[in-house]
Amino acid sequence: MGFAIASLEPESSVATPEPDDVGDLRLEMALSLLSQAGWVPPSGPAPGSRLWLQSVIDGLCDLSSRDALTGLANRRQFEAAIAREIDRVARIGEPALLLIADIDHFKNVNDRFGHAAGDMVIQSVAACLQDCVRPMDLVARLGGEEFAIILPNCPPAFGQTVAERIRNRVRACPVAIIGGQQLSVTVSIGGAFAPQWVRSSAMLWSERADQQLYRAKTEGRNRTCLDMPPLTVVSAEEKGLLFGSLAQSDPFSASGPASDLPKTTE
Amino acid sequence: MMVSMSASAPKPPSSPARIARTLAITSGKGGVGKTFVSANLAAALSRQGLKVLVLDADLGLANLDVVLNLYPKITLHDVFTGKAQLDEAILPAPGGFSVLLAGSGLVEYSRLTPDIRDQLHGIFEAVKPRFDVILIDTGAGISDVVLYAVSMAQEVIVVATPEPTSLTDAYATIKVLSAQQGRETLNLVVNQVARAGDGRAICAQLQQVVDRFVQGPNGAAPRLQLMGDIPLDTAVREAVRKRSLLLELHPGSAAAQGVLHVAARMVGR
Repeated sequence: MGFAIASLEPESSVATPEPDDVGDLRLEMALSLLSQAGWVPPSGPAPGSRLWLQSVIDGLCDLSSRDALTGLANRRQFEAAIAREIDRVARIGEPALLLIADIDHFKNVNDRFGHAAGDMVIQSVAACLQDCVRPMDLVARLGGEEFAIILPNCPPAFGQTVAERIRNRVRACPVAIIGGQQLSVTVSIGGAFAPQWVRSSAMLWSERADQQLYRAKTEGRNRTCLDMPPLTVVSAEEKGLLFGSLAQSDPFSASGPASDLPKTTE
Repeated sequence: MMVSMSASAPKPPSSPARIARTLAITSGKGGVGKTFVSANLAAALSRQGLKVLVLDADLGLANLDVVLNLYPKITLHDVFTGKAQLDEAILPAPGGFSVLLAGSGLVEYSRLTPDIRDQLHGIFEAVKPRFDVILIDTGAGISDVVLYAVSMAQEVIVVATPEPTSLTDAYATIKVLSAQQGRETLNLVVNQVARAGDGRAICAQLQQVVDRFVQGPNGAAPRLQLMGDIPLDTAVREAVRKRSLLLELHPGSAAAQGVLHVAARMVGR
């Protein structure tokens, strides 16, 4: 899963034991799980070699972080990702958006068309969501018909646009179910920005997004509601005056507008 | 409730009528050295024989423990939830002052519930008689919790750097504090200046815009008082990296002198 932040994690300091004899290991279950999930054994390393074993382990790690039905990040991976994102927002102050999307009237789908159709709807929505976000964003299935999307570095001004794009994409994408029928599906989306420069908690951040989802549902579904951070109270004119003379005293920025001033420190 | 019980605890007889001078340290933008200033200013004031408490009201992001290399077992969070007594949460810090740490993940800054407000207020009232000076290290931004934390203090110190984003956010903070709290005087500390003395021009510039655009409830613009500037100094980076107080690690550095000047001005005023 292309989640950029994962690379920031320090390398594990756990020592890798030398596998003296791989033949002793009970790998049947692992290999069966992997092959069931479509895992292809590496062509290079010989079965039983260290490299081969590593790719088995990688496969298992990947498997344990994905949702079986949709292939999206599962709840476990989501929780690790949101914790990392909170750390980043606290440290760097970058705006980050959490969206929670819930399929509208999903129970009706299950009741009228059966659980197999329900699964197909979930898979289709999952593919839609994954399809309309950036590679750095993480789409996860939280459970049931509920999904979460973590969007790092998402300016508040773009939040509504992004959420609306996702909602419209799902709406425009009918689901073909067994029997040649096509279902039109919509989602309600609630979103909240992480408070910048502040270490929030996954629970509080999700709760705020959840409240907005609840609002979207009660206001009629198939809509997006975002909890926006407070707006800035400083006008462009005030900004211009704030830096006007400072800019003049800075030989490197005399030609540029105030907003393009290079940072004077760091 | 735990807080009110602590508040009514008998005061030590040795300090009969002590009521702390209270200052909120805030910044608008994060990462401008607010916690660095709080900790080192507290150390500087302690050296003058004052009994100082730094209250970490940065409820979401308790950084003070990191700056001071403390590993608190008990935080405000435990006091809030009734797991610990207030006294247990007041810890001695390396610079000879005391700290009361929030603990991370306590609350998101953007939501101030009446319960949290009452708890903070209760704790603040309880510690006031025990110290000469209380510095409230607030979170960044101008959220409810930050504004409330600032409102508890008699005086406000706004920390800014000469960076445009920092100045904008400091200005926004000044504007909000004037409008919502009727602050007539706001203290300014300019951190990371290129040369000692640069803070004067920055303060004047801010004052000019404030005079033109900011009107307090009484119709007058708030007055900015420069408490000093702290030069950009590699010694600060080193102290932060070593998680030590600058005043202890490099007392002779330009930045340490800047902090000492701020402390002297604060006490002299």
